[in-house]
Amino acid sequence: MIIEIGHYALVLALATALILSIVPALGARRHDRAMMDVATIGSLAMFSLVAFAFGVLTYAHVVSDFSVENVWENSHSLVPLIYKYSGVWGNHEGSMMLWLLILTLFSALVAVFGRNLPETLKANVLSVQAWISVAFTLFILLTSNPFLRLDPAPAEGRDLNPVLQDVGLAIHPPLLYLGYVGFSVCFSFAVAALIEGRIDAAWARWVRPWTLAAWTFLTLGIAMGSYWAYYELGWGGWWFWDPVENASFMPWLAGTALLHSALVMEKREALKIWTVLLAILTFSLSLMGTFLVRSGVLTSVHAFASDPSRGVFILCILLIFIGGALSLFAFRAPKLSAGGLFAPISREGALVVNNLILTVACGTVLTGTLYPLLLETITGDKISVGPPFFNLTFGLLMAPLIVIVPFGPLLAWKRGDLLGAYQRLYVVAGLAFTAALIFFYLEQGGPVLSVLGLAAGLFLVLGAAADLWYRAGIGKVAGNVAWRRFTGLPRSAFGSALAHAGLGVTVLGIVAVTTFQTEHVIEMKPGATTDAGGYSLHFDGMQPATGPNYTEERGHFTVRRAGVAVADTWSAKRLYTARQMPTTEAGILTFGLSQLYVSLGDATKDGGIVVRIWWKPFILCIWGGAVLMAFGGLVSLSDRRLRVGAPRRKAKQTRPALGPAE
Amino acid sequence: MIRCLFLVLAMMLMAAPAFAVNPDEVLADPALEARARALSAELRCMVCQNQSIDDSNADLAKDLRLLVRERITDGDSDEAVLNYIVSRYGEFVLLKPRFSMKTGLLWGAPVLLVLAGGLSLLFLARRRAGKPTGSKLTAEEQAQLTELLKK
Repeated sequence: MIIEIGHYALVLALATALILSIVPALGARRHDRAMMDVATIGSLAMFSLVAFAFGVLTYAHVVSDFSVENVWENSHSLVPLIYKYSGVWGNHEGSMMLWLLILTLFSALVAVFGRNLPETLKANVLSVQAWISVAFTLFILLTSNPFLRLDPAPAEGRDLNPVLQDVGLAIHPPLLYLGYVGFSVCFSFAVAALIEGRIDAAWARWVRPWTLAAWTFLTLGIAMGSYWAYYELGWGGWWFWDPVENASFMPWLAGTALLHSALVMEKREALKIWTVLLAILTFSLSLMGTFLVRSGVLTSVHAFASDPSRGVFILCILLIFIGGALSLFAFRAPKLSAGGLFAPISREGALVVNNLILTVACGTVLTGTLYPLLLETITGDKISVGPPFFNLTFGLLMAPLIVIVPFGPLLAWKRGDLLGAYQRLYVVAGLAFTAALIFFYLEQGGPVLSVLGLAAGLFLVLGAAADLWYRAGIGKVAGNVAWRRFTGLPRSAFGSALAHAGLGVTVLGIVAVTTFQTEHVIEMKPGATTDAGGYSLHFDGMQPATGPNYTEERGHFTVRRAGVAVADTWSAKRLYTARQMPTTEAGILTFGLSQLYVSLGDATKDGGIVVRIWWKPFILCIWGGAVLMAFGGLVSLSDRRLRVGAPRRKAKQTRPALGPAE
Repeated sequence: MIRCLFLVLAMMLMAAPAFAVNPDEVLADPALEARARALSAELRCMVCQNQSIDDSNADLAKDLRLLVRERITDGDSDEAVLNYIVSRYGEFVLLKPRFSMKTGLLWGAPVLLVLAGGLSLLFLARRRAGKPTGSKLTAEEQAQLTELLKK
């Protein structure tokens, strides 16, 4: 019965979304306040209904109600409780429910926090959000309904996919979706602005916090996914340029560009039209990525035909939203007035270059992802576009971007002083290069090009520090004055410095791992010892073990440095009994920022086992940098929140206006 | 979720998700082995989902790895090895497609995009020069905006 109530709640949510998608928008046209007021209460109602439906589905998973087809297919009574919760979105139907839940959550947040928005804009934004909700609710109800029942109910479920039985599933999809779907707010703001036919700096100010929030979540989501794949897949790779990864990376690239262009628009009223276009494109890429993956188009053209109703539905949603928004843009954009002028060498100019490079990088990834599909459809020729292509093209595009990032914050708005910025940065560049050389020497060689890579990463980190250093005037003014200036800097200054430094840390990690990692593939018998990364690994032997829903063979390794045991680890080959599916559970040991990664292979005939050991120097920098970037986003966001809620909090206006904002 | 799907796909396509190169495949000469590894990373495992033969432990990938090593030991250059494998398995096996008529747009995409972006920037900058700027706000809106921006 409860399942049917959940199903019904979802249908009610669709009805609410339908009302929401028409009434407030009409109200905005007629300046009818009563109609516009429907937006706030309706969005909250829609969110409550979807949340209820989602809760019911979660309940069905937690109590293992196998009369529900979705639970039967993706759960098992013996699955640990945490995976019963996270298993809700570990399948197609449930993940679409999570998507819808987050979409309506964002609508509700705009409804609650958007009290200071002009009422017509707010009504339009919430209506556009509701259009998207209608499409997704319909998609779920018509093609991917998780509330379908089985009669008679099976006694046992078919188990959650073993790979997904991991804390990664509990964290990664919600974060990723918060990012993906968060960009829907930017999309709705852009479409609403186009409908109203006007847009100004205030618009950018309202959009920026949502962009920042979505970007922060997406950054964390991608990093989490990368780390999950790293430890779960068992071959130590952390980025594969897989179409599915690209689908999440493209919105991130576009979103990063949007973050920066919205900044220009907010401060200088320039790049208006471009910002609106980017807002539309970013969410379009989110939509396209999710749906291409969901429909199976990307992995194989034929998977599309396997479920025609889903595939066609998906195409329709894509055409309506992307096509509709872009047509609206084409009609309305020329009417938007131009913004402030700026010289090529200026903060705006630097941000334009940032946008150019990020957009081209995004376009390159898009081309590489879709090209094989299009070529096969048109000519029938099959080609592959894989990591070597992306590493080359993407790497070449990123190199100049990394070099100019530290210059950006040092240039003034409107007209900057490149020579001045250069004079401030050449010491930083020298330091970075020297440090890179020392590092290179300590790691004993590698390709000479890696010195440049390391120097680039360090340049970003030190450049970010230098930005704060110069803003506070350290060394130029008395210590206590400098300290006061430093603490008085706006949060967003710290936010951008942290994010830029985070990028540098990630670059350092990537370069260090790519250049200095070592790999050892050997056969080991119990009692054997081998060296990796300055440590010696002693293989103590294999042992069978049993988990709640799996059995495993695990090997124990003792790690010694200079003869002293410093750590030990288990590396296992696991068999999940319900699905008879094997997985590897790599043994990973962390030393500082570096890791030893031990993975088991096949047993050999003479009683040994193939062992693969990687020494991954500074690998944690890759994800640590991403976390730092996200933290920068949060710090900036805390600044924004104060200002966005400003009309309601006049009493709190205490921040001294020192140093240039941003 | 996206990633989950990828994981699921990757897992489903691997009989035993362990690793690729086995100790018995490794060439004695480290220089030759390094070349073999570099080449393997550029070749697609034809039966896998977007994996190189270096990462895959499918039987076909193993055959290809052995083939690459055989050619290298026979003294083929990297180019010759790739040519040989392409002649047997087709262009599909290359993870970095060669530049040709078919892939011109693929390789040209970054260049064309940079050019298009740069040229439109130039064009817009020229057209914009001398035009009045700023949006036209009503006096009331201007007052509201000023107050908002002061916060």
